[in-house]
Amino acid sequence: MSILSLDQPGRQLLYMGNEAIARGAIEAGVRVVASYPGNPSSEITASLAKVAGELGMYVEWSVNEKVAAEVAAGASLAGLRSMTCMKHNGLNVASDFLFALNFTGTKGGMVIVICDDPLALSSTAEQDTRAFAKAADLPLLEPSDFQEGKDMVKAAFRVSEEVGLPVLVHSVTRFSHARGNVTLGEIPQGQPKPHFDTLHPAYPKPVENTHPALHRKLAQAGRALAGEGYNSYSGPERPDLLVLTCGSGVAYMNEALEGLGASNRVGVAKLGLTWPLPEGFLRKTLARCAQVLFFEEIDPFLEDNVKAFCAQEGGDLLNKTFLGKASGAVPSVGENSPDTAVAALGAALGLKPQPPRPADYADEALALVRDLAPVRQLGLCAGCPHRATYWAVKNALALDGREGFVTGDIGCYAQGRGPSGFSQMKTMFAMGSGAGIANGFGQLTRFGAEQPVLAVCGDSTFFHAALPALINARFNGSNLLMLILDNNATAMTGFQPHPGVGITAMGQPAPALDPAEVCRSLGAEVLELDPFEVQKTTETIYDLLQDLDGVKILVLKQECALVRGKRQRLLFKMSLDQERCLGADCGCNRFCTRVFKCPGLIWDPAQGKAAIDEAICTGCGVCATICPQQAIVKEVIS
Amino acid sequence: MSAAPDPFNLIITGVGGQGNVLASQILGQALVRQGWVVTVGETYGASQRGGSVMSHLRLSRRKQWSPLIPEGQAHLVVGLEPLESLRVMARYGNPGVLTLTNTRPIHPLDVIAGAAEYPEMDTLLAKLKKLGAGVWTVDATRIALELDNPILSNMAMLGALAGMELAAAPLSREDFAEALGMLLPAKALPANLEAFDQGRASLREI
Repeated sequence: MSILSLDQPGRQLLYMGNEAIARGAIEAGVRVVASYPGNPSSEITASLAKVAGELGMYVEWSVNEKVAAEVAAGASLAGLRSMTCMKHNGLNVASDFLFALNFTGTKGGMVIVICDDPLALSSTAEQDTRAFAKAADLPLLEPSDFQEGKDMVKAAFRVSEEVGLPVLVHSVTRFSHARGNVTLGEIPQGQPKPHFDTLHPAYPKPVENTHPALHRKLAQAGRALAGEGYNSYSGPERPDLLVLTCGSGVAYMNEALEGLGASNRVGVAKLGLTWPLPEGFLRKTLARCAQVLFFEEIDPFLEDNVKAFCAQEGGDLLNKTFLGKASGAVPSVGENSPDTAVAALGAALGLKPQPPRPADYADEALALVRDLAPVRQLGLCAGCPHRATYWAVKNALALDGREGFVTGDIGCYAQGRGPSGFSQMKTMFAMGSGAGIANGFGQLTRFGAEQPVLAVCGDSTFFHAALPALINARFNGSNLLMLILDNNATAMTGFQPHPGVGITAMGQPAPALDPAEVCRSLGAEVLELDPFEVQKTTETIYDLLQDLDGVKILVLKQECALVRGKRQRLLFKMSLDQERCLGADCGCNRFCTRVFKCPGLIWDPAQGKAAIDEAICTGCGVCATICPQQAIVKEVIS
Repeated sequence: MSAAPDPFNLIITGVGGQGNVLASQILGQALVRQGWVVTVGETYGASQRGGSVMSHLRLSRRKQWSPLIPEGQAHLVVGLEPLESLRVMARYGNPGVLTLTNTRPIHPLDVIAGAAEYPEMDTLLAKLKKLGAGVWTVDATRIALELDNPILSNMAMLGALAGMELAAAPLSREDFAEALGMLLPAKALPANLEAFDQGRASLREI
C-alpha cells in the first residue's frame, strides 16, 4: 500500500509536491501516464507506477520525452485521460511534437507537467519553460502550495477535456521536491472504453483556419480556468504596493509580509493561471494601486506579459510604476526565497528590515565555517563503476599522449568533470550530445586534427538520444570511440528502468535490449568489458585509440553500486594493512588518496596512513590495484 | 524552552546518501498525523552522493510555510554528519540555535586528497556550542554499523531527536513506527526501530 492510493477522502497526509500532482491525476481518473525521468519531475511518474496496478492505470517510462508525450497523446486521442511529466530539458525534446499537437487538439483530458529547476539545483542549466505555453498557445497553471497542486491538476484535466487542448502545469524544484499537507479527495471509479474516432483524423490542416481556432480554444480554456478560483487577491482595498506573484513566490511573499508586519500596506495578487493572462482579474486588481512589484523566478514571464497587457489597455494602466526584474528589484535569474522577498519588499516600501541575527554573530559563524569546514565537492559514490572507467580513460589517454579528450553527457558520469572523474570530461551539453559532438570532432582528422575523441554516455542516455548520433557516425564515417557506461539503471534520477533493464515501470518483465547488440547491428566494432578490470580496460581503450578509423564502441558493464547495494552491500571485504602501508615514507606521495579520491578510502592522520572508511566503502575492490605496496587488501566474502 | 516559535525551523543536514530525505519525511509525516502543518524543503539531485544535503522543516500549528528557512532563523539543526552541522551555521545559525549532531565524520574529497583538513571533533563541538544555545551528540554511525547497516544512522538520529523531548518537534516511538510503516516495507521495520531506540538511549548533552 502506498500513501498515494489511500482511498480515505478527508484524510490529511504529508505529500511531496510531485506526489500531490500524482494524487491530483489519480483523483481526476488518469488512465495513461508516460514520461522519461528527469529531476525534479521524476517522482510524479515513479510514484504513479507503484500504484498503477491496483488503480487500473497504465504507466510507462518511455525512451525519451517526445515519445512519452506521443504515448500520452495517443491515449488522449482515444478518449482517455493521460499525462506526461518532464523536466525543463524534456520539454525541449518533446516540443517538436507539442507544436503539432496544439493544432490537432486532444480528446481525453491531457495534462503536461513541466518541472523547472531555478538555480539548476539538479540540472546543467536554468531554463524558464513558461515561454513554451505562450509560443504553443497552450494554457498554463502554476500551483503555489501542495493542496492547490493536487486540486489544480484535477481542474487541468477537466478543462483540457472540455476545450480539447493539452493543459500545461508548471512546477519548480521547491514545489516538486518539497512536502506539505494535502487533504485527500475521492478516487473515481469506472473508465471509458478507448476508441479513436477515424472520422476525426488528427493531422495538420490549413493553418489559416487552425491557428485562429487554436487562439479561440486558448481563450476558452483561459475563461474556464480563470473561473476555478486560482487567481486571488488578498490585502487592503487600496494598498501602497501591489505584488503580482505566482507559484513558489506566493509563500515567500506572504512569509515576508508577515515578518515585516506590512500586511496592512501591501496587497498580494496570486496568479494560478499565468497563460493566457486572466485579463478580467488583472484589470480589477491593477486598479487598486499605482505601484506594482512582480515577484517570480527565472524569467520575467508574468512581468513582461502584464506590462504588454497594460500597454494595450491604456488609460490608468499606463500610469504604473513597475518593479521587478527589469527594475532590478528582484534577482534577474535564479530562484527566490523568503529572503529575496524581504529584500524586494523592503526596497519597495522604504523599510529597513530587522537583521535576522546580530551582525557580529553572522561574521563569526561565517569565519568559523570558512576556516574549519572544507567545501564538500560533489563526486561519484564509493564503488561507482564510473570511477574505474575514468581511471582507465585517464591512464589510457596519458599513455596515448596525443591530448585525447572525453566528450560527456548527462548522467552520474557527468562527475567526470570533477575530481572523482579525474577531470577527464571536457564537454557536456544535452542528452546524447556526447556522441553528437564527438561526430563533429571525429570529422576533423581530414583537416589535420590529431587528438583522438572519446564520447561517453550511460545506458539510459544511449537509448534516449545517443543512438541517432552513433548511426550518424557510422553513416558518415566519423572517427570516434564511444564508451557506453552500462550500469543497468537510470541512476542519476532514481534508478528508473529503461529499455535495457528487462523490467517495465510497473514491474512487468520486458525484453532487455542490449546496447552492445544494438551497436553491432550498426556494423560497428563493439567490445564489452567490466570496468572493474581496470588494467584490461586501460589497455583496451589504448589499443582502440591507436587505430581509430570510423566509430568503435566499448560497452563497460558494471552494475550501479547503489542498485547492487540494495541486495548486497559489499562486493569484497576491503581492509588496509597498515603494516604494509608506508604512509608519508612511501615514495607514492599518498597516491591512493591524493589521486584516486574514493570517499571510502581515507587518510588517517593519527597513523599517518591510509584507511578504509567502513561506513562508506562498498567493496568494489578497484583501489586494491593501485597501491604500490599492496597494502589495500581485497577479500572475497564467503 | 518557553513557548515554541511558529514556525519551528528545523534543518536536517548531512551528506548525500545518508538518508536525510527519508528522515525528514518520517518526522514530517508523524507530525502531520498529529495535526501539525508541516512544510519540508529538500535539496537533492545534483547535490546527490557525496555533496552536502539539507532538508528544511517548518513545523507549524497554523499555516503552510514556504519550503525555505530564512537566513539566521534555524531553531534546531540535526546533523547526520558533524562538519555539515557546523556548515549550516554560516547561513542559518543564531545565538538561540540548538544542535543535535552525529559525531562520525565523512571526509570531503579535499580532505581525502590532503588538500584540506578535517577539524578535530572536540574543536568542532566546542565551536557549535559557542555558536548556539546547546549541543547534543550521538554516535549514530557506530549504532548503525553495529546493526550492520550504515544507512540506519538516520534512524538513530531520529531516536536521539525524540530523546530531546522538544515540545516544538515531538516524536514518540509510536508516531515514528506509524510513519515508518507507511513508507518502508514491513521487513525493514525491526532494524529501523532498533536504531531509533539505541539512538534515543545514546543521546548525550555536552
